[in-house]
Amino acid sequence: MPTLFKDIYEDTLEFVRTFGAFQLFFLRLVRHTPRMVVRRPGLIIKQIYNTGTLSLVIIMVCGLFVGGVLGLQGYSNLSRFNAEDSVGAVVALALLKELGPVITALLFAGRAGTALSSEIGLMKATDQLSAMEMMAVNPVRRVLVPRFLGGVVAMPLLVAIFTCIGLFGAHIVAVDLLGVDVGAFWQQMQLSVSADDVREGVLKSFVFGIVASLLAVWEGYNTIPTAEGVGRATTRTVVITAICVLILDFMITAVML
Amino acid sequence: MQQTRAVEIGTGLFVLLGMSAIFFLTTQTAGGERFSADKTFEVQANFDNVGSLKPRAPVAMSGVTIGRVIDVSFDPVTLQANVRMIIDSRYDQIPDDSDASILTAGLLGSQYVGLQAGGSDTYLENDSEIYFTQSAIVLENLIGKFLVNSGSGSDE
Amino acid sequence: MLRHPKPDRTLAAPCNSVAALIVSKTSENLIEIKDLMYSRGSRVIFRHLDLTIKRGEITALMGPSGTGKTTLLRLITRQLVPQQGAVFVDGVDIATLNQRGLYALRQRFGMLFQNGALLTDLNVFENVAFPLREHTKLTNRLIRHVVLTKLHAVGLRGAADMLPSELSGGMARRVALARAMVMDPEILIYDEPFVGLDPISMGVIVRLVRRMNDALGITSIVVSHDVAEVSTVADKSYLISDGKVAASGSPDELSVAKSKLVRQFMHGMADGPVAFHFDAPDYAEQLLGRDN
Repeated sequence: MPTLFKDIYEDTLEFVRTFGAFQLFFLRLVRHTPRMVVRRPGLIIKQIYNTGTLSLVIIMVCGLFVGGVLGLQGYSNLSRFNAEDSVGAVVALALLKELGPVITALLFAGRAGTALSSEIGLMKATDQLSAMEMMAVNPVRRVLVPRFLGGVVAMPLLVAIFTCIGLFGAHIVAVDLLGVDVGAFWQQMQLSVSADDVREGVLKSFVFGIVASLLAVWEGYNTIPTAEGVGRATTRTVVITAICVLILDFMITAVML
Repeated sequence: MQQTRAVEIGTGLFVLLGMSAIFFLTTQTAGGERFSADKTFEVQANFDNVGSLKPRAPVAMSGVTIGRVIDVSFDPVTLQANVRMIIDSRYDQIPDDSDASILTAGLLGSQYVGLQAGGSDTYLENDSEIYFTQSAIVLENLIGKFLVNSGSGSDE
Repeated sequence: MLRHPKPDRTLAAPCNSVAALIVSKTSENLIEIKDLMYSRGSRVIFRHLDLTIKRGEITALMGPSGTGKTTLLRLITRQLVPQQGAVFVDGVDIATLNQRGLYALRQRFGMLFQNGALLTDLNVFENVAFPLREHTKLTNRLIRHVVLTKLHAVGLRGAADMLPSELSGGMARRVALARAMVMDPEILIYDEPFVGLDPISMGVIVRLVRRMNDALGITSIVVSHDVAEVSTVADKSYLISDGKVAASGSPDELSVAKSKLVRQFMHGMADGPVAFHFDAPDYAEQLLGRDN
């Protein structure tokens, strides 16, 4: 029995320690941020390209189909109440407040997050980070900060694009295929969506951007420097990001209501 | 160099696309009830029943939003609901005998205050009160009335 | 010496290092390790390790696999900090340096990692230019000039536009050497420079190590377990085993040394003080016994 308590105690302590280390890591990145933004904007632009531009295709394709299925489901369920005109409102609210930020964050973790952590992990495993240290270049500043900032900038933009494409997809399905009136579609949407709803989505996209990029960079930086370690780090990135995003989504929604 | 150029163009396109998406979302999806004015004046009205009227709900006249509700409270003296609202100062020629009613946008939509112009020569100004009010239509009451009416109808 | 304006330092390339050498000839020992103790977890890697590295010489650190030779390099460059004892570079205890001082110190080092450690997203030219771009404000023309000179020195000027993934192991190591030299370091550290190379590449690297050292007046530290190659380049060798310096001297002295361990290592004998067999229960008993 005593060993059980000891194990629990040690695991808890380890968890708290990791959590604290994670916070300090975040502060370290933030501390180097202004300098990098001023001096090396080129590095950040390259990372916006890597995380944002290269994720565009997957984001747009998924957005189109998520919007489409929402339109389909919304139409078939609302038509039971003769309220199919409200399909625009339903789709817009769902996309703006929940599905846009959450699905984009999950896709981001799968596409850009894994790329980030495996890249950084590989740099660690092949001594590239040590080599930078030896060349008197701080790898946190030179490698991690631009990647983190690239993700933070890219995420809100990706969310907005995902949501727009989603609306477009819903429009195609509901208006063009199922025959909902164009005017009703947009009018119902504009009547029921308030600026607060848009703001909630934007807030979430910023928070998710910070969390997803931070986790990817953190997992990469703490990779066990072997081939197996890199593989494990990428898996962990996706799993932990998904959990954190969904928990935070619930918390933000609860607070905003 | 060619590669850097491609990266820059790609990033530029991505950011522009994202920006226009945000612009589209803020201007096109959210519409309707947003109301902003530099100068406003405040009026109040008492209702027997405000239904589910909430602060920030629009105040409309002939279907155009001219103001919004800022506070809904219960007045223990008159035993009525007291609604305070602000109206854009540009509309300073609303007759003070206009009546206010609580209406619903669409069948299941949110509620708002609708003003109907009266015929007086004096106008609403700051701290005026609207005396003629019509309560929200509450579905249960309607059904109740309908049942009573149809019940008495069959008696005759 | 650490506070030279940077462009100056890079332009006055070899002369600068030589000048430094002459000025501070007062202390012959560039790096001194005193009573070093380092352990990872419960495993003690070094205890009471003493070692000196002389200015302008090629010093080899040799030892069986797993004796922590790479760890020792990390201690010398303060990527790790010893639990006890100290490492002095030019008489300064490097554990006392702050971040700034440490980075100033590291600019005096050049290090060649086992696999080159080239940055995978940059081409050969940009890899070599990397330290210059990070630490100096040289114009592009000047950077181009310096980088091509260094690449020419390792014979890879023609590979400037290639990516690290397109290079062979030997080429990658030569590019890494060019990168390590680009800031004109005083001390060059080679971590296992001879591992996994074909004889030609090996000969090239051996000759480069010698030439860098003599032509530029650099102090070199070579970590390796390739006795034959090390013997051809090193001025002095340290044989490290069991957390201590087991023997030291010139390669010739070591090859005739009496100590069993030295002889086993230098002549590559399978069994000796370093046992061929990992600790195990008795052989016959394990094969014939019923349990276990």
